[in-house]
Amino acid sequence: MTLTETKMDNKIGFFVRNQSIVVPIAAIFVAFVLGGILIFLQGVNPLVAYRAIFSEAWFDSDGLLRTFQKTTPLVLAGLAVTVGLRVGLFNIGAQGQLISAALASALAGIYITNLPPILHVIVALFCGVIVGALWAGIAGVLKAYRGVHEVISTIMLNSIAIGILDYLVSNPFQEPDQSLQRTKKIAETAVLPNIGVIPFGFILAIIICLLVSWMLNKTTAGFRFNTVGKNKFAATYAGINMKLMVVTGMLLSGGLAGLGGAIETLGITYRFEPAFNAGLGFDGITIALLARANPLATIPAAILVGTLRAGGASLQFETGIEPEIVDVLLAITLLLVSAPILAKYLFKGKAQKSANVTSGWGN
Amino acid sequence: MTDYLIEAKNLSKKFPGVLANDNVSLTLEKGEILALLGENGAGKSTLVKMIYGLYGSDGGELFIKGQKVEFHSPAEAIAKGIGMVHQHFQLVPVMTVAENIVLGAEKTKGIKFDLVAAEKEVTELSIKYGLEVDAKARIEDLPVGMQQRVEILKMLYRKADILIMDEPTAVLTPQETDELLKVMQGFAEKGVGVIFITHKLREVLAIADRVVVLRNGKVVGTTRPKDTDQEGLATMMVGRSVVLDVKKDLANPKNNVLQVKNLNVRDDRRLPAVKDLTLEVRAGEIVGIAGVEGNGQRELVQAITGLRKIDSGTVVINNEDVTKLSPHKIHELGVAHVPEDREKDGLVAAYSIADNSVLNRFDEKEFSKAGVRQIGAIRALATKLVEKFDVRTPSIDTSAGSLSGGNKQKLVIARELIWGPKLLIAAQPTRGVDVGSIEFIHNQIVAARDAGSAVLLVSAELDEVLGLADRVAVMYAGRIVAILNQKDAERNKVGRLMAGGDVN
Repeated sequence: MTLTETKMDNKIGFFVRNQSIVVPIAAIFVAFVLGGILIFLQGVNPLVAYRAIFSEAWFDSDGLLRTFQKTTPLVLAGLAVTVGLRVGLFNIGAQGQLISAALASALAGIYITNLPPILHVIVALFCGVIVGALWAGIAGVLKAYRGVHEVISTIMLNSIAIGILDYLVSNPFQEPDQSLQRTKKIAETAVLPNIGVIPFGFILAIIICLLVSWMLNKTTAGFRFNTVGKNKFAATYAGINMKLMVVTGMLLSGGLAGLGGAIETLGITYRFEPAFNAGLGFDGITIALLARANPLATIPAAILVGTLRAGGASLQFETGIEPEIVDVLLAITLLLVSAPILAKYLFKGKAQKSANVTSGWGN
Repeated sequence: MTDYLIEAKNLSKKFPGVLANDNVSLTLEKGEILALLGENGAGKSTLVKMIYGLYGSDGGELFIKGQKVEFHSPAEAIAKGIGMVHQHFQLVPVMTVAENIVLGAEKTKGIKFDLVAAEKEVTELSIKYGLEVDAKARIEDLPVGMQQRVEILKMLYRKADILIMDEPTAVLTPQETDELLKVMQGFAEKGVGVIFITHKLREVLAIADRVVVLRNGKVVGTTRPKDTDQEGLATMMVGRSVVLDVKKDLANPKNNVLQVKNLNVRDDRRLPAVKDLTLEVRAGEIVGIAGVEGNGQRELVQAITGLRKIDSGTVVINNEDVTKLSPHKIHELGVAHVPEDREKDGLVAAYSIADNSVLNRFDEKEFSKAGVRQIGAIRALATKLVEKFDVRTPSIDTSAGSLSGGNKQKLVIARELIWGPKLLIAAQPTRGVDVGSIEFIHNQIVAARDAGSAVLLVSAELDEVLGLADRVAVMYAGRIVAILNQKDAERNKVGRLMAGGDVN
């Protein structure tokens, strides 16, 4: 009896060891199956529907550009949430940080007019990063010095940001003679170009991903962050200044979300229009959890979400299915990766405790 | 067949990678006190958890009072008359003694909970078993020894006639321990069977009718106290002969390293925990703080190491006032700290041994150049720690969380001692550590002293303090009530002082 059990252990060993990959993939698979059932109930062959999404998103040059454009801010939004998780902070406010930054860089792109092209882009990006970081920094300071839980404060800061931005784009900064709530276009000198079907911002996002991954894994600063995120008591014992880490962690997280918003404005929408970036920050949460707080894994996770977002529109054209099915797919995936149900079922008692990336909850 | 209270036949339990119990057989008779002895990880807890229904078994049979059983939950075990007193009490602090005891088995009057009846029943029960306790007192106002009585009463209220006690004396003063041992003998006289898990050999010899020794998940022997002694039991536990007494030369103390003056510190509830405390530790001596846990030792250690705010008074280390310095600065002055809770404070379970070996030194020049971690140097240090301090691990890349308790502690001690600290603060350095590792850790602490470190030892194990310390400071209610030289620190005297009594 002991022998057969040992054999079983060996068989299951590979999957148990690679839970951080197996669980998200299984979650995506289950989500597509359940989504397929919903599509089928509407009288459409699920395979046809899924093919519509992917052929539009990947096998059409316009569609491919759109996929990359959707993916670019998502990589950074996912990275923002990931960095937070690594420091033990659940930054629900990536959305608010991202849109504030998007407006800030739009204003820099519109109203600064005397700069040469490359410098103008850099300045405008920088404005976005600063605004995103400061907006998140409010939550960081509140947590460090007043003990306000970051989940609560960032949710509220989201609402505040939305309110302020709505006011700003419908009053002082609204495009003249325009009923839509949006700013003017940014100056040509502030535009981030596309290279073929690849937006320059995408390349920038990948470079930032690599940098953040290196920072977290190889530097002393990264060791500080990880230690705080994995065991705050041991971090205090090790002489790490917790308050400082909470504030800098939030600043970095918000700065990354801000960069995502700035790139969106300068490389994709060329102006600030609230309707365009609705939901990017929240998709960032899905991506970070799907990537299990691994900065490099946010790239494929963001590509998946970007693909679904880009291909969702053609789904309606070709099959009449509402693109909201994409939200359903993502919601099911998120539920399965964040709840330990799937891992428990797949691995019985052998589920990793460390796979629980949202351990910052309730502290 | 004889009516044993418990008869376990060839019980086995397998966890991934370990056979925690391997064909373990054991019997418990009516009115018998059975001591279950073994090192950490020997399988004692696994065995009683199977008997108590917390774990299912992977093989073997369990008979309770002659009846074959297969428990799926503690509720089923409780229904069969088995009660377990856990090491960590499972009480609701804001509720009264009576409420806690009847919780889950309340008597009701209509739909109303009948508190008066509960209090009456609890009082009767406590008198019957000699466990006097005020039924109306709130748990949080009671000392630990009283809380333990409530735990025991909880089991008796549920008509338990088999009591499993998991290291019940770990949190008690010597006097409280003696009382508990008497109470346990009283149970035995009334026909209750007691399984008593402990690693304190003295208690086993004082009270047990029979001793079952486990090692590596197997029963290695059964004996009776009259047929053995402490050395004999230790040898059975470890599998080789063990030196129980610490061997050391007389201390040769030099300059003052730590000077604590009129220190006042509050605990987490903002109540005074350390009161006007003055203490000195010199280079080359071990000062041991004896005291029941919760008398301010933890707050004292945290205040010295910068982890807790100091209300008033001063801490001076090597002539430098550190009263307001951060833990990081204090560490840099040459202070090593073995924290009392190594799992919580001393290690990051998810980190490798390599990362843990620089947990509080990661930003020293050797391990960090221009903000980049020097993996080579870190790994070299980890390898050295593992070799010199005999940390049993497959590799330095193994996560610290997967080490056994003794090896975790050896890793922490190694990290804190390797750099030759000027002051070592060791809190509960051998808690939950097996006998073989205790000997090793004690020798390392003595070696650090002989190399010129000042050592402040805090331990709830009186024997440890008495064996290791050159001077014994007894702490009670936040104050040092006496400082004795090792030769004057006689066990009973220190025990009385720990309980707040005076020397005579």
